[in-house]
Amino acid sequence: MRVADLIQFNLHLLLRQWFRTLMILLATAVGVAAVLLLTGLGEGARRFVLDEFSLLGQDTLIMLPGRKETTGGLPPLTGEGTRDITLEDVAALERLPEIQMVAPLIVGNAQVYVGGRNREILTLGTSARFFDLRQLSMQQGQALPQATLEQAGSVCVIGPEVREILFGAAPALGEWIRVGDRRFRVIGIVEDRGESLGMDVSNQVIIPVASAQQIFNTQGMFRVLLQVRPGASFDSARQRVLELMQQRHGGERDVTLITQDALLGAFSDILHLLTLSVGAIAAISLVVAGILIMNITLISVSQRTAEIGLLKALGASANLVRLLFLSEALMLSTLGALLGIASGYALLWLGHSIWPQFPVSVPFWALSGSLVIALGVATLFAWLPASRAAHLAPVLALRGEVHDA
Amino acid sequence: MIRLEQLCKTYHLGGESVHALDHFDLCIEAGDYLSVMGPSGSGKSTLLNMLGLLDTPDSGRYWLEEQEMGALSEEQHARVRNQRIGFVFQAYHLIDRLSARENIELPLVLTGVPPRERKPRVDELLERLGLEHHATHHPHQLSGGQRQRVAIARAVIRRPALLLADEPTGNLDSHASGEVISLLEELNGEGITLLVVTHDPAIGGRARRRLWMQDGALIRETDGDGNTVNSESDRADARR
Ligand SMILES: Nc1ncnc2c1ncn2[C@@H]1O[C@H](COP(=O)(O)OP(=O)(O)OP(=O)(O)O)[C@@H](O)[C@H]1O
Ligand SMILES: [Mg+2]
Repeated sequence: MRVADLIQFNLHLLLRQWFRTLMILLATAVGVAAVLLLTGLGEGARRFVLDEFSLLGQDTLIMLPGRKETTGGLPPLTGEGTRDITLEDVAALERLPEIQMVAPLIVGNAQVYVGGRNREILTLGTSARFFDLRQLSMQQGQALPQATLEQAGSVCVIGPEVREILFGAAPALGEWIRVGDRRFRVIGIVEDRGESLGMDVSNQVIIPVASAQQIFNTQGMFRVLLQVRPGASFDSARQRVLELMQQRHGGERDVTLITQDALLGAFSDILHLLTLSVGAIAAISLVVAGILIMNITLISVSQRTAEIGLLKALGASANLVRLLFLSEALMLSTLGALLGIASGYALLWLGHSIWPQFPVSVPFWALSGSLVIALGVATLFAWLPASRAAHLAPVLALRGEVHDA
Repeated sequence: MIRLEQLCKTYHLGGESVHALDHFDLCIEAGDYLSVMGPSGSGKSTLLNMLGLLDTPDSGRYWLEEQEMGALSEEQHARVRNQRIGFVFQAYHLIDRLSARENIELPLVLTGVPPRERKPRVDELLERLGLEHHATHHPHQLSGGQRQRVAIARAVIRRPALLLADEPTGNLDSHASGEVISLLEELNGEGITLLVVTHDPAIGGRARRRLWMQDGALIRETDGDGNTVNSESDRADARR
């Protein structure tokens, strides 16, 4: 039988039994849409978290003092090093050919005074490089000036929230604030990027690293951010950095290098697992649709016994009769799945237009998986009734008797 | 063209066994015209189903066009039914959701004949059977006689060698019956071997060979002049 004829033959049937057709279409569509919706949301949640925490590019290394084994598990978040990472180390690192730029980081809570007000605010000691590395743009004024690392300048850049807290509606640019026991002039205000999680600079004060060393009375860096030069090998850069630090620290390897990937990998894995399991739960509804298909096909076979007998009398073989019933079920579930895909994407798109900041994306495995399951289940569950029809004896079938094999 | 040898078919109904066909022998020449008559339950339909490969005998052998049917697979049986045998049933057995044209071309559709080859053949038959204006009508829009003509068109669209009709006029009035029988005879005149099962002696009497059955056996055969050609007693003699 030609494919076009087969499709037309099935269409006649499906249209004639439109209610039955509608029910199966609905059941399949709901199942497929549920898989897409749930995995789409799950994947969206994963991306949302990754985006929120991905402040640094893929090519950025984070150095922390102290040697920690990083095989397995989360890398150390706090490192108590034996030897400080000094500003000289930072300068030496920047001279490595594999490294594009280096931003030192000293972090601490400091008391900040303006006029009568005072607040405890997270204070970041770093260099102009930090602004490039984090790709921070300025709302007003300018970033920290390019200067030698050791220069303890008296300028600072503040986040928009800090500005709000300290100055309210009054202008902040050019004003003096006191951080700890030193005075700084506000030369810039960072643009609010709307990041709410992770290391957000909007509620921080950024000062030159040497000034931070004095305020917090420390020599060693809390972190050093290193950006690998584009085109250079990430692994060899990592190796060179470790070698250099070992050489500078008297042969001892007392720093740890981590990548953001390692940090986020654990998060990502958990969320991925979550997406998988909600997808699997939704897929169960597809199996329910399959059982519906089986029942309805069984009923159809017994209702159409005489027709099966006739088709056989006209020269349809057992295989052709099976094909007729299987293709009918397959056509139904294909249509249902397409309907489900359309409505699933429509709902996700609707959700995305209501909450634009929430990224929704259906993973490819969910799309292809739900299709495969929908079609597979339909074939599997229609197989039994179709085989039953195929093995009906033509003479019994013509009399309209059901032959129980 | 057809040879049946010691064909048996027994049905078991609640401990009782019914011999629908009892060691049945028969030879049919190509182009012959036979009628089968006999009381209800004598095995006429069973015989027809055997000849049409709709049923399989319990024992005995069946040759159709020099081929032993028992040796063929299910798939091959289907092909023989499609290409060599046409059926006409008392209840028409048309598919309601399909138009007259679609019903007629079904045997071609099932074997994958492309539409452009199907159309001229169906058109030709429609015209010949006076159904040109009913091509798009569905069975429930047709009269009994028209339905049976559609069924006959479907039976002969493949130009079969053998046409089997089981009480083709059972549901029709005398006028429509006459038309249907003439049509079948016309097809027989073109060389199709025709076998008609009927309860109507007037219709049965038109055949060249008239078979009389009882209890699954052939009891008498008469020719066109009413002479007994072959009876149970002759056979008994022959066996002796
Ligand atoms: N599927 C079946 N199961 C049981 N018995 C059957 C079956 N088919 C036929 N028979 C029996 O076999 C015998 C012959 O049946 P068949 O249908 O061939 O008779 P028939 O000569 O065509 O009768 P009628 O003129 O009423 O159509 C009958 O006694 C019938 O009851
Ligand atoms: Mg009968």
